[in-house]
Amino acid sequence: MSDIAIRVEGLGKRYPIQTGGARYKSLRDVLTNTFMAPFRPRQEKKKGDFWALKDISFEVKAGQVVGLVGRNGAGKSTLLKVLSRITEPTVGFADIHGRVGSLLEVGTGFHPELSGRENIFLNGAILGMKRAEIIRKFDEIVAFAEIDRFIDQPVKFYSSGMFVRLAFAVAAHLEPEILFVDEVLAVGDAAFQKKCLGKMGDVARSGRTVVLVSHNMGAISELCTHGVLLDGGKVSLVGGVEEIVEGYANMLASNSHDVVLEEKSELPVSVVSARATNGEGFAAASFDINESIVLEFEYVVRQRIYGFQLSVTVARSYLDILRSYDTDGGDIPPFVDPGQYRARMSIPARFLKAGHYAILLHSSDPQVVFQTLEGILTFTVEELSENTVSRGYRQERPGQVIFPGHWSTERL
Amino acid sequence: MPDLTLPVIRLQASRRWRFIDLEELWHYRELIYFLTWRDIKVRYKQTAIGIVWAVLQPIAMMAVFTLFFGKLAKLPSDGVPYPVFTFCALLPWQVFSRSISDSANSLVTDQRLISRVYFPRIIVPTASIVGSLMDFLISFSLFLIVMAWYGIAPTLNVVFLPVFLLLMMMTALGMGYWLSALNIEYRDVVYALPFISQIWMFLSPVVYSSSLVPAKYRLLYGLNPMAGVIDGFRWALLGVGPGPSPMLLASGCISVALFVSGIFWFRGRERTFADAIGSGGR
Repeated sequence: MSDIAIRVEGLGKRYPIQTGGARYKSLRDVLTNTFMAPFRPRQEKKKGDFWALKDISFEVKAGQVVGLVGRNGAGKSTLLKVLSRITEPTVGFADIHGRVGSLLEVGTGFHPELSGRENIFLNGAILGMKRAEIIRKFDEIVAFAEIDRFIDQPVKFYSSGMFVRLAFAVAAHLEPEILFVDEVLAVGDAAFQKKCLGKMGDVARSGRTVVLVSHNMGAISELCTHGVLLDGGKVSLVGGVEEIVEGYANMLASNSHDVVLEEKSELPVSVVSARATNGEGFAAASFDINESIVLEFEYVVRQRIYGFQLSVTVARSYLDILRSYDTDGGDIPPFVDPGQYRARMSIPARFLKAGHYAILLHSSDPQVVFQTLEGILTFTVEELSENTVSRGYRQERPGQVIFPGHWSTERL
Repeated sequence: MPDLTLPVIRLQASRRWRFIDLEELWHYRELIYFLTWRDIKVRYKQTAIGIVWAVLQPIAMMAVFTLFFGKLAKLPSDGVPYPVFTFCALLPWQVFSRSISDSANSLVTDQRLISRVYFPRIIVPTASIVGSLMDFLISFSLFLIVMAWYGIAPTLNVVFLPVFLLLMMMTALGMGYWLSALNIEYRDVVYALPFISQIWMFLSPVVYSSSLVPAKYRLLYGLNPMAGVIDGFRWALLGVGPGPSPMLLASGCISVALFVSGIFWFRGRERTFADAIGSGGR
């Protein structure tokens, strides 16, 4: 007798690389290609393959809550799809001990024309619940979703909040031995998210096995006991959740955060180094949202430059968030003399949202741009120290910066 | 607590040739029921006149065929009134033509389901075809009224009707499995369907009697599985037409072959469905 819930052994998943721009293949093209092939000069058919997962092996014991962690494209979602039987592995295998429920999305199979009541039954059946089980939990589901007055209305008349609440309520009442969850916490309003998180916590404590994919380290630390860290389709670390969160942070440290550049003697000014450092002055590639970040640049000036300016552009996932000149703070000095200089620009804590950042550096005088250094620094801001589920600045919510907003509410 | 009764599933690359897993289908029987129920419910909810449509359609077809093929073209109808003669053929034909168009689209319509939840994929086209039996029941009741109107009593052959019903379903399901699996990979399949369906109707004895086909070509004609099904319906309900014959046997064999090959084709392709969909709709 073993207490293993999931055993993955040498698992790999290969996708053919799609050629051409067509979204879907057409039978017409396939047929004409087949019939015309003998009349065409033989073309070399070179089709690339892409291994989304490679040699994945790990075990999950019954009752563990495991976080699947990794950068975008590391294979988290593919692995979850393989484990929940949506797609087959190409090589290797996974043994699943017990009834599986997968929540890769809330509201799968909801039909807008059907009423809330009808959708509960339909969605429940799709998620693997028996009819008797749905009948038994029906009132509880309706109460959890807080929609009892609208239960016989077609869901196309629901607000998006009501829709999500109902969808999650059905999913939350699923009672499989093993539950696969993909980022479904990123839905609904803050109060409802708290409730969902509470419900998820109950599920975890009830001894069920849960595998959770999220990029929110706060949620992972709070909910999970163990973790699997993926990198480039391979397992890079398996262990306790603290170890995994730390491993993830270290992995992100492979960004370019401390660079030395060759001095360009032909330029009147040349940037020689750039660093992203934390409050203590240490270079780092990933920062917590609660840390301040100091960008440091050293440059050599070879001749007197009138109206010299250094400018920093901060971009988050290719979207420019801000530009700042070293002269923004006060008067512009008329000129700068030859010599070596160090400029620092500090970004306060709780300003940049979680995400990947790239820094663009310009040096210029009013007429000429001397240097354009795109992506000279890259770093990551993480939601490590905080569970942001109920925060407006959570990574995937709209908005580009953290803005506390100085709210005040009074009872009238 | 670990439970010895927990089922263990091994997920790995599956074999190329697989038949249906009946035990698994039985386990998912409630999902078949719910998806069928959804299809029927949505179909009658979406059209403004709802169930009236299911009544109107066969009656209108019967009227038009009777006028043009019966009255104007004076096609022979094996000694029964032409409206009854053609209505009897429309019973299985409408299920069939509706099935192939609905089922071909079924996987694409439910692609979000397929890329989010596991269940035996064959349930999707099956449910869409089983749902069209609702229309069949409606037109069958109408047919009985029309028969009574013309004072025609069913013959004893009617005990064989279930055989032809089964063949009708097998033909429809077989085509449904082939087309749905093709259509999710090659999205242009559906565009050819209205055309194929129309040609197929004139290759089947819907508006004419198969006795018009010269005897030496009958066996060849029987390669059309719907020819056997329709002749079977006429023979069982009205007692006309050739009845059991080599042609009917050939047709029946083709129906079974279509059904079995459809299952194998579908099961062979289903592993790629989620990949063919990609992350659509995400």
